[in-house]
Amino acid sequence: MLANIFSQDLPRSKVLTVILVVILAGLLATPFIFPGARSLNVGAKIAVFIVLAASYDLMLGYTGIVSFAHTMCFGIGAYGIGIASTQMGPTWTAMAVGVVAALLLSTVLALGISLFSLRVRAIFFAMITLAVAAAFMTMASQLSDWTGGEDGLNFKVPELISPAFSLSDEKFLGASLDGKLIAYYLVVVVSGGLFLLMLRIVNSPFGRVLMAIRDNDFRSEALGYRNVIYRSLSSVLAAVFATLAGILYALWLRYNGPGTTLSFDIMIDVLLIVVIGGMGTLYGAVVGSALFNIAQGYLQDLLKLAHGNIDTIPVIGALFHPDRWLFWLGLLFVLSIYFFPFGIVGKLRAGALARKPTAT
Amino acid sequence: MSTTTPIAPATVEDLPAAPRDWMPLLLIPILILLALPLVGSFPTWATLTIAGLAMGLIIFLVASGLTLVFGLMDVMNFGHGIFVALGAFVGVTTISALGGWTASSSFALNLAAIGCAGLAAAVVAGTVGVLFERIVVRPVYGLHLKQILVTMGGMIVAEQVILALWGPEARPMMRPASLQGSFIFADIAVEKFRLLAVCLGLTIFAAMSLLLNRTKLGLLIRAGVQDREMVEAMGYRVRFLFIGVFAAGSALAGLGGTMFGLYQEMVTTAIGAQMMVLIFIVIIIGGLGSVGGCFVGALLVGLASNYIGFVAPKVNLFSSILLMVLILLWRPQGLFPVAKR
Repeated sequence: MLANIFSQDLPRSKVLTVILVVILAGLLATPFIFPGARSLNVGAKIAVFIVLAASYDLMLGYTGIVSFAHTMCFGIGAYGIGIASTQMGPTWTAMAVGVVAALLLSTVLALGISLFSLRVRAIFFAMITLAVAAAFMTMASQLSDWTGGEDGLNFKVPELISPAFSLSDEKFLGASLDGKLIAYYLVVVVSGGLFLLMLRIVNSPFGRVLMAIRDNDFRSEALGYRNVIYRSLSSVLAAVFATLAGILYALWLRYNGPGTTLSFDIMIDVLLIVVIGGMGTLYGAVVGSALFNIAQGYLQDLLKLAHGNIDTIPVIGALFHPDRWLFWLGLLFVLSIYFFPFGIVGKLRAGALARKPTAT
Repeated sequence: MSTTTPIAPATVEDLPAAPRDWMPLLLIPILILLALPLVGSFPTWATLTIAGLAMGLIIFLVASGLTLVFGLMDVMNFGHGIFVALGAFVGVTTISALGGWTASSSFALNLAAIGCAGLAAAVVAGTVGVLFERIVVRPVYGLHLKQILVTMGGMIVAEQVILALWGPEARPMMRPASLQGSFIFADIAVEKFRLLAVCLGLTIFAAMSLLLNRTKLGLLIRAGVQDREMVEAMGYRVRFLFIGVFAAGSALAGLGGTMFGLYQEMVTTAIGAQMMVLIFIVIIIGGLGSVGGCFVGALLVGLASNYIGFVAPKVNLFSSILLMVLILLWRPQGLFPVAKR
């Protein structure tokens, strides 16, 4: 039963299982154990980034192609909700229109880019997606009548999930039962569902073909699989999931701007999450996303502490400045590519395998 | 018994010359002429053309190294933009240190200041390039996926180091006194600095063409781009060539960074990432590994972005992408396809 839910792809390491259970329990219990806007925000962001990073892993880890336009699809999803809400009012119909339009747009874009550039060489794909994403971001900030330009859009969501809605006046276990709580659980539950769906995809025969292409594209082509078709399908699927993540994020934040979903910084965040968590293991996205979002919130505090002590040393001191936290994560990123190519999850699984050498 | 027919020794004249491919070169004048009715007024068009050429040549400076590096060792350096940013910041520091030279009205002193800045930028970027090659790129030869990720990671780290050294604020980059303002011939305003950029770019392109086409070193580089294994079989170490090309490419990117900083009169760390997009478009248009294609591509992108920036500013970045799509529909491997890879 449990194995079926996880598509026969269990964590395969006791430590990893414990970590995953802690993350899941933490996400579900956040409103009750850490009440407060900040921790709810971190929780929702972790959930959304799990979907975003896992969908990126579908391309990077399972198919072996690098795209830099992933945040473009994330942004399309978020703008879909934002624009639909500002133009048509905060109704469920508007949300549905936004969702369908966003999914269509990112499918068409992803399919177009893939068919155009994956035919020639996989490296073209990385370069062309970088260019298209940059152009798309400029366009989004230029079309300020629709997108609100650099300032972004503040919009309303349907009443059921807006903070003004209240289920009951009484508090339950210290948390007020309002629309914010419903929105939080909507984000967490849908993210969990999407994650399980992706797990299903990578463990299907289709997923096996993707991995075959990643490991030896010449051979998979020789076996009769059209690499272009499979790679394009993988990139379209990833785009669809990223769009859904963007939709969830917009529903949660009730705000969207270029810096929140489209910018290249988010793309780098996703890369860091996937690589540090573990490429080619969807669980890596979960671990990486939790680690990254917590680090983003609290590494800065730690650096502030260190900076206070050594800020007299010229260059080293400057590197411990709280704003330089990305330096340390970047270093971790480069080192993990060299020394742990399958990230934290790969390391844990290798450890579990080494401890019981007799198992199958 | 077989009869052997003596083979007449081929004279030099008998060897068929490789056919020259002029078609892509024609694209530049075609684009320039097409733009005239779109822009409308002749003086504006002339100003935009000069600006486009200046921008194109600066892009060429930065992109040429990257395309050669790719051609030689099949390494795509996604962190190339960092050398641009580094060059720009070193340039700013040098120019502000030489405040006396830039403030004086003597053209020679001004030129010397820019020369010093460009040289310092090239030396620093070249040195960092060698380190970058050694630390970041060398462990991942032949692994495309890891190359993209690692060079990207190297860029993140290096960008943070630049931020730590120079601070996060945008730096204004003043052009020296005698290079401010513009000449005016018959209603056509030509910014003096752009003229200098065009001269410098053309000089470097000429020097590079001579080096690549008329010297043994250039012959080896070109041969290495076409077929590395064969050159190695002949006893040359392509690895050493490659380190040299990587360093030279980084140095040119640093010089390009200083020039681009002066062109925009403003330097931020985003300058690297901003240029990276244009550079990729340029080398895809030109054909990966081709210096000539890179030159044509850079001029086309520089011109197109200036014209479109004037006619329809909102779709500016898309103009370069549209250009790339059109050219790839015509020649899927770029203007001058080099290697069969």
